[in-house]
Amino acid sequence: MDREKTERLETNRSIEGKRSVIPFGPQHPVLPEPIHIDLVIEDETVLEAIPSVGFIHRGLESLAAKRDFNQLIYVAERTCGICSFQHGMGYAEAVEHVFGIEIPIRARFLRTIWAELGRMHSHLLWLGLLADGFGYENLFYQCWRIREKVLDLQEATTGGRLIFSVNCIGGVIKDIPEELLKKILASIAEVEEELKVLQKTFMEDYTVRSRLSGVGILTRQQVHELGCAGPVARASGVSCDMRITGYGAYPELDFEPVTASEGDAYARCDCRLREVFQSIDLLRQAIGRMPAEKDLSTPVKGNPEGEYFMRVEQPRGEAVYYVKGTGKPMLERFRIRTPTFANLPGLCEMLKNTKLSDVGLLVLTIDPCVSCTER
Amino acid sequence: MANIKRSPWLLHYDGSSCNGCDIEVLASLTPVYDAERFGVMNTGDPLQADILLITGGINTQNRDVVKQLYKQMPRPKVVVAVGVCACTGGVFKDCYNILGGADEVVPVDIYVPGCAARPQAIIDGIIQAVELFQQRSEEHDRLVRDMKAWGKRKPKAES
Repeated sequence: MDREKTERLETNRSIEGKRSVIPFGPQHPVLPEPIHIDLVIEDETVLEAIPSVGFIHRGLESLAAKRDFNQLIYVAERTCGICSFQHGMGYAEAVEHVFGIEIPIRARFLRTIWAELGRMHSHLLWLGLLADGFGYENLFYQCWRIREKVLDLQEATTGGRLIFSVNCIGGVIKDIPEELLKKILASIAEVEEELKVLQKTFMEDYTVRSRLSGVGILTRQQVHELGCAGPVARASGVSCDMRITGYGAYPELDFEPVTASEGDAYARCDCRLREVFQSIDLLRQAIGRMPAEKDLSTPVKGNPEGEYFMRVEQPRGEAVYYVKGTGKPMLERFRIRTPTFANLPGLCEMLKNTKLSDVGLLVLTIDPCVSCTER
Repeated sequence: MANIKRSPWLLHYDGSSCNGCDIEVLASLTPVYDAERFGVMNTGDPLQADILLITGGINTQNRDVVKQLYKQMPRPKVVVAVGVCACTGGVFKDCYNILGGADEVVPVDIYVPGCAARPQAIIDGIIQAVELFQQRSEEHDRLVRDMKAWGKRKPKAES
């Protein structure tokens, strides 16, 4: 063995000696949900992040064989408690496409209103968790206090704080009366005012800026290659928003996807903050343009036969629902692909060459929803 | 240990819930509902926790994690199952990966119903857990005292 080769081997050995593996999770203070990541670190720098999932795997897709397509809507809603309404809506729209039916216009507007309320509460929840992640406990409480106003609206209009069960195949089962629509408008105006104060802290505070900007950068190219979705992709300048594909009442509303160009944790925070304001704007438009109609659902006859892919923009990004029916009450296949699943490769990429102390924060910035991912 | 009632710490673990109960547990700890006014505090460390809140059912992957968390907690300890999934398995009971409620692997003391469990119900569960914890710590103290007394008794003279 020549000298150069021996030297190289020795250097390798000494580097390997410095490496260590730190397990992150499944039970960890920053995460409300279990996800396990093995961090290969050298000194304080993360070299590699290896995720392992499956702690919340329930196998709910298999319930498609045990529940009929009407009952499955309640299972679909319980894929995730945060974006619960949108899961039910995505599944219902997929089955409606299989049947080839048009749902009443008012039902489409109602679905849009509930979907946007859901997006607001999800983003406010995330902003709070992020604030807790960088040590601003007061800011965390403020975000959650504002979020309670949105939850109150959800409870007033549907009866449930988080899981509504107002979708049915062919439309919705509840209407929002006129006075409640006025209450929504009044409440979201309050939320807007209060959030503007918090926005200042999130965007301008020196400590927050220095903690978030320049950390966990994903370039536009990387986002394309890794197939990230939602605010993670939009923060890197990729303008992908499934609401443009035109489901619900979105074709009748005016909006542009919120994007940023930096691709770091700060840009992701900025994107989500501006999306809350966008949701407030969309709610105002939807309530203003909602037609008065008595019909809330189109009756469905028979069993679904055929298949459909439905794409829905959830708070965390694009979710895909696949249903396949063979003319029986039970669906043959029900499949969900959730946004966090798409964002996990992006997370592993952005964790590389960061400091160990940033890991908790960076895991939060993709807004992980492990319950969705593992189903 | 007289005023232990005022200071038990909570540990929250998400078994395999849909997240609904988890965020309600967090919401009940934030100022709007403020479970902390009853003296409890949220912690992420099982070694310092007294009350374990479990949400969601038990599956094959997290069975050992829940067992280990329970084992790491110091005695006395109280377990609260939050939400219908943690009580019985709930809507996911028929899924192939769900073994059942939290009582499959750890002894559950208090069951909080609801899907998702409302913050009011969770706070009710926490208050009951605090009382039970007080009762258990008194029993624990008595036991320790008795054992110490037993250790101090004079050994009989051997003939």
